[in-house]
Amino acid sequence: MAILIVADHANTELSDSTAKVVTAAGQIGGDVDILIAGENAAAAADAAAKIVGVRKVLHADDAHYGKGLAEPLTELVLSVASDYDAIVAPASTSGKNFMPRVAAKLDVMQISEITAVEAPDTFQRPIYAGNAIATVKSSDAKKVITVRPTSFAAAADGGSASVEKIGNAAFPSISDFVKEELTVSDRPELQGAKIVISGGRALASTENFEKYIYPVADKLGAAIGASRAAVDAGYMPNDYQVGQTGKVVAPELYIACGISGAIQHLAGMKDSKVIVAINKDEEAPIFSVADYGLVADLFEALPELEKAL
Amino acid sequence: MKVLVPVKRVVDYNVKVRVKSDQTDVDLANVKMSMNPFDEIAVEEAVRLKEAGTASEIVVVSIGPEKAQEQIRQALAMGGDRGILVTTDVDAESLGVAKLLKAVCDEEKPDMVIMGKQAIDNDQNQTGQMLAALLDWPQGTFASEVAQNGDKLHVTREIDGGLQTVALNLPAVVTTDLRLNEPRYASLPNIMKAKKKEMAQKTPEDYGVDLTPRLSKLKVTDPPKREAGIKVPDVATLVDKLKNEAGVI
Repeated sequence: MAILIVADHANTELSDSTAKVVTAAGQIGGDVDILIAGENAAAAADAAAKIVGVRKVLHADDAHYGKGLAEPLTELVLSVASDYDAIVAPASTSGKNFMPRVAAKLDVMQISEITAVEAPDTFQRPIYAGNAIATVKSSDAKKVITVRPTSFAAAADGGSASVEKIGNAAFPSISDFVKEELTVSDRPELQGAKIVISGGRALASTENFEKYIYPVADKLGAAIGASRAAVDAGYMPNDYQVGQTGKVVAPELYIACGISGAIQHLAGMKDSKVIVAINKDEEAPIFSVADYGLVADLFEALPELEKAL
Repeated sequence: MKVLVPVKRVVDYNVKVRVKSDQTDVDLANVKMSMNPFDEIAVEEAVRLKEAGTASEIVVVSIGPEKAQEQIRQALAMGGDRGILVTTDVDAESLGVAKLLKAVCDEEKPDMVIMGKQAIDNDQNQTGQMLAALLDWPQGTFASEVAQNGDKLHVTREIDGGLQTVALNLPAVVTTDLRLNEPRYASLPNIMKAKKKEMAQKTPEDYGVDLTPRLSKLKVTDPPKREAGIKVPDVATLVDKLKNEAGVI
């Protein structure tokens, strides 16, 4: 059996999710190859070759792959698909974008965002915003699977797989990249961070995020997250959203500030190792999942916390 | 341009679903059902495109039980022009739904399909992408802004690092994210008017599509329970617990 992982990367940098997806692929069983499709992405391909458990890295380099557009990437994956029994990618916004396109072209029903591997054809995945876990068995000969990276430990570094250049796929001229507005931050990336501090609607403004959440995050070296309510209100950009439809995080420590704890938010953070909730409403549902709850006004508690750290 | 909006009947987003004791599925008996919230956003966007003069006709399609006509009527009350209900008692998977929608597109020939990025029951996030693949159309997923620009459709997408804008040839498939718009409530006169709008009834057989599932649900269980911990009286105690008990800072 052979498995192809289509990795996430920013050309010069390989995503931390890759090593976790390698672990998931290893549990499915078989030879594991990684495809890096990008523009000037040799660094990402080299990093992928160092993950233990990888047989070889396929590296396709072209301007058409630089921004991860689904249409050319799908053609590339299809061009090598016949060599593999399973095609796997992280359930990131990139994997969620192109993988179903690949699956439909292969006439395969994709298994989305698996959180556990029970057998090479049987997987667990959350449904209903994580309120239930379904165990599903696929009857498709070829599997197309996206993996929730936070559910798997990272494979170690120290391998030395070969890197093979590929790239004979067509470029469908039906879509073009126009622009990107990426959030620039010195803080750790939200999904890979050891500590996450999130704010909710109670923060009431972007300025209050900066004044109350940022200093604590700086002291802890934490990534910053936000509830859907805070993002919808425009206090924070969309890519800060933690929850069912935003990002799923599982840090060592998650600090929820002024977040009531709607099920959609809990779906995105309840696998964190330690959860702290700071909220002045002692009835807030967030306290039902918190290891440590502090009933307090966050505008008083957060400056105090910053000083105490 | 002609816009096709697929909508799905799902458990209302306010319902906390419970797993059946025999672990075969979640219990949907006597539970409030609604239009998938992401699909509601898609309907709203289509109606706004029509109000702006960009869209000429909005066709709403749903695949599901007989009762899914409630969701089509709601979309028609919001501003859709006519509906197509493909009735089936099969709990159709994304791939089967995409095949049916492709058949509908072959007949209706829309310039754009706009639909929710995921249904809040199965949380698969696949159907729009699969439909685009089967039609060989470009896709603009997780849209937070949609604008026609000459003969292209510009779609701003919510991605992990921020926002990305792509230009798509038409026809195209767009899937909606949360911040594309805020759906309107249908007014009573519009609800009354929607009752008179045309709704065609079809079956998967009419389109020659096989909906046999590829995935079998072996069981459905509760997620691991997380017990509530303790309340701490003040910040000092919290910091002490995090340092000395949990050891995370």
